[in-house]
Amino acid sequence: MSRKPQTKVAAEKPSKTVKQTPPKARMVTVYIMGKRHVVPEHATIMRAIEYSGQQIIRGAGCREGFCGACGTIYRLPGDYKIHSGLACTTLVQEGMSLTQIPAVPMEKAIYDIEKLSPDVDTIKRLYPVVFRCVACNTCTKSCPQGIQVMDYIQAAKRGDVAAIMDISFDCVGCGLCALRCPAEIVQHKVGVLGRRLYGRYLAKESKELDARIKQVQGGEYDDEYASMMGMDKTSLSKMYYERDIEP
Amino acid sequence: MYPDYLAGLLKEVDRTRPKRLELAKSGNPVYPPMNAEERKDVLSKYHPDYSKGALQKIRVGPNKGQELTTEITELLEAHSMVEPRLMDIHLREPDYETDLLIIGGGGAGCWAAITAMQNGVNSMLVTKLRLGDSNSMMSEGGMQAAVAPQDSPTRHYLDALGGGHFENNPELVRILTQDGPEVVKELERLGVIWDKMPDGSMQVLHGGGTSRKRMVSCRDYIGAIITRTLMDEVHNHPDKIQVREFEPAVELVLDDKGRCAGAILYSLDSEQFLTVKAKATIITTGGFGRLHIRGFATTNHYGATGDGLVMAYRAGAKLAFMDSVQYHPTGAVFPEQIAGFLITEKIRGAGGQPLNKHGELFVFPREPRDIESAAIIRECSTERNNGIETYAGRTGVWLDSPLIDMIHGEGYTKHQFPGMCRQFNRFGIDITKQPMLIYPSLHYQNGGVEINGRCETNIPGLFVAGEASGGVHGRNRLMGNSVLDYNVFGRRAGRYASEYAKTVTVGKLSLEHVTKHVKELKKEGIETDLVSPMILPSYTPEDVKTQQLARLGSAPARHSMLRSRISPGDKKAAE
Repeated sequence: MSRKPQTKVAAEKPSKTVKQTPPKARMVTVYIMGKRHVVPEHATIMRAIEYSGQQIIRGAGCREGFCGACGTIYRLPGDYKIHSGLACTTLVQEGMSLTQIPAVPMEKAIYDIEKLSPDVDTIKRLYPVVFRCVACNTCTKSCPQGIQVMDYIQAAKRGDVAAIMDISFDCVGCGLCALRCPAEIVQHKVGVLGRRLYGRYLAKESKELDARIKQVQGGEYDDEYASMMGMDKTSLSKMYYERDIEP
Repeated sequence: MYPDYLAGLLKEVDRTRPKRLELAKSGNPVYPPMNAEERKDVLSKYHPDYSKGALQKIRVGPNKGQELTTEITELLEAHSMVEPRLMDIHLREPDYETDLLIIGGGGAGCWAAITAMQNGVNSMLVTKLRLGDSNSMMSEGGMQAAVAPQDSPTRHYLDALGGGHFENNPELVRILTQDGPEVVKELERLGVIWDKMPDGSMQVLHGGGTSRKRMVSCRDYIGAIITRTLMDEVHNHPDKIQVREFEPAVELVLDDKGRCAGAILYSLDSEQFLTVKAKATIITTGGFGRLHIRGFATTNHYGATGDGLVMAYRAGAKLAFMDSVQYHPTGAVFPEQIAGFLITEKIRGAGGQPLNKHGELFVFPREPRDIESAAIIRECSTERNNGIETYAGRTGVWLDSPLIDMIHGEGYTKHQFPGMCRQFNRFGIDITKQPMLIYPSLHYQNGGVEINGRCETNIPGLFVAGEASGGVHGRNRLMGNSVLDYNVFGRRAGRYASEYAKTVTVGKLSLEHVTKHVKELKKEGIETDLVSPMILPSYTPEDVKTQQLARLGSAPARHSMLRSRISPGDKKAAE
């Protein structure tokens, strides 16, 4: 199934305007679901899979590291470990043997956010599995975002909602932590709960925001809206270009 | 790591930095903003919308005779995936029945389902990939909302209109700006974590084209925080909101009175069509970045192929502003692996500056996006030749991010832009110490299906919200107004569509409009083997594509993905 290194990938095509001579793309051998493919060295796992001719259905989303659709596990030659990463941002390596995780089976707790309290009792009730954590740190090692996953699970055990929020903030929800956890905890779901609890109950409320909503609801801007909506393009344009800009 | 040949150019940036920093700290504009004349000039000469072949007259449907973006015209003049003749029995016996069908699982779709549920109407939400797989998830910098005391919703209104060249639908802009503060509060009630000052007041920053600091944010993960919160809320009501993933809609269904009455879904797993009968339908399918308009790389989600437009148009819905595309001024150019990726405008809002290869500022960093993009393209053009070239044949300019810590204090960038730092750290670039290389990247569909303030279209029973709708942003959207858009109008669509659903009894289901479309293509002499909606772009190499197409022989293409003729945006974008 290996194809010759070819020049048809536009990314490698040198442009006439470039003064430097671009080095030829080196190729590496990877094993995608056990099948051997030769792909450009600079490819991400996602690009490599597509280069091999596959249309990705399950396993691609935002393609930029935000959505967590493309959780992938791989091994490297001479290394016993199972590594994990996002296919969209992990580069291929010589001899890499990889497969994408199409979906992570999940049991999400169902709750009414209005009826919760931001404390350990809520965690106990909704995600009792958290207390099975044996602090092995496998979740942290598997996180493609480099999040200290185990630390926020420990925070959950203490009911420290602010810490769950802060540590898990960058979670993309790929579920690789949950997949590898020997205690079968659903870390990324606990993270969502922690963040929602923080936003709903612990974040300090903004008085200015409440005041503004009252102004809007009280119709304070209605006249100004009406007058601007009645203006023609020339007067609006004049007003726009003459408006002052906050530094 | 930047390659050695850029070392000299990086030194230029360091050389000019102290002076630029001094100016930035003075509180005066670091570069004079353009006036109306200058804006017009740079747009008409350098914005891709004005390039040769950008527009093409459409020959069928409600917008017949109008010039639309070429890539869209081709999709609208393509064939349907569905053969109406073979669907008769399925129209009589639909696979699913629901009060409210929501097509699209991004921010607007989730909001629509949540508000409908609050309004006592059950819904079915169908989506192409997974729930939440959308551009909503990817927004980084923030959301505009006039929450600060020195600001007002009417100021926001004027800024948005000016950014859109005064062509926006004023009613929609009023709704957008007026609902802003309330949406901030509603999101917080659902558990969204806003960046706040120690006293609890909202942290606000500038965006391009804002006259007041108005950007509220969640570090640089606003999309992820909002969308995951909304998704979680949707999943909390499995009895009232049914979610179907990997089942994109490919054609709307009308009833014998011409009202929208559901859709045909295409299961990506089983490759079968599934019919949904619904009293009301909301399209929240987002935009079309993955069409790689004008060969540009894109910041968009894998599924952003404009499917909602195609479906709505074939059913007879009018489109608006489909001659205008938004290019985000700052897409990544280096390293190649992240080419096209979004670099949030919040970087410029916080003081980051675009610089040419001599380390000079050449534009006010916070012009509206179309102006800023056109100015960057001009700087890299043969006229000025001030761009920086990469090995892969791309050209870009610097975005000086180290300035940010110098202005706001050390650690600011790391806390406010964790996503950006991570993105570049992977490739050995520390953005707190070195600038980024950037070039405009295809970002947003300014136009879409024409709606009114109730998200209604000209087809009864069909509602549209979010990026798939057109009118609110005119011909150019300001930063942070799309996040606001999907929150404000997603909510409203859910409210008004559920009200409508309570009053209606659906008639006999029909795909007559598809048959009519085929006749119209024939009448106009349009010969095409394209099938739309596209569903997903294909990024396999050309030689592989040819071998895949060979299996179809002379039969019409069965899968639009295979027929996708687009390039992955790897080409150097048109100048």
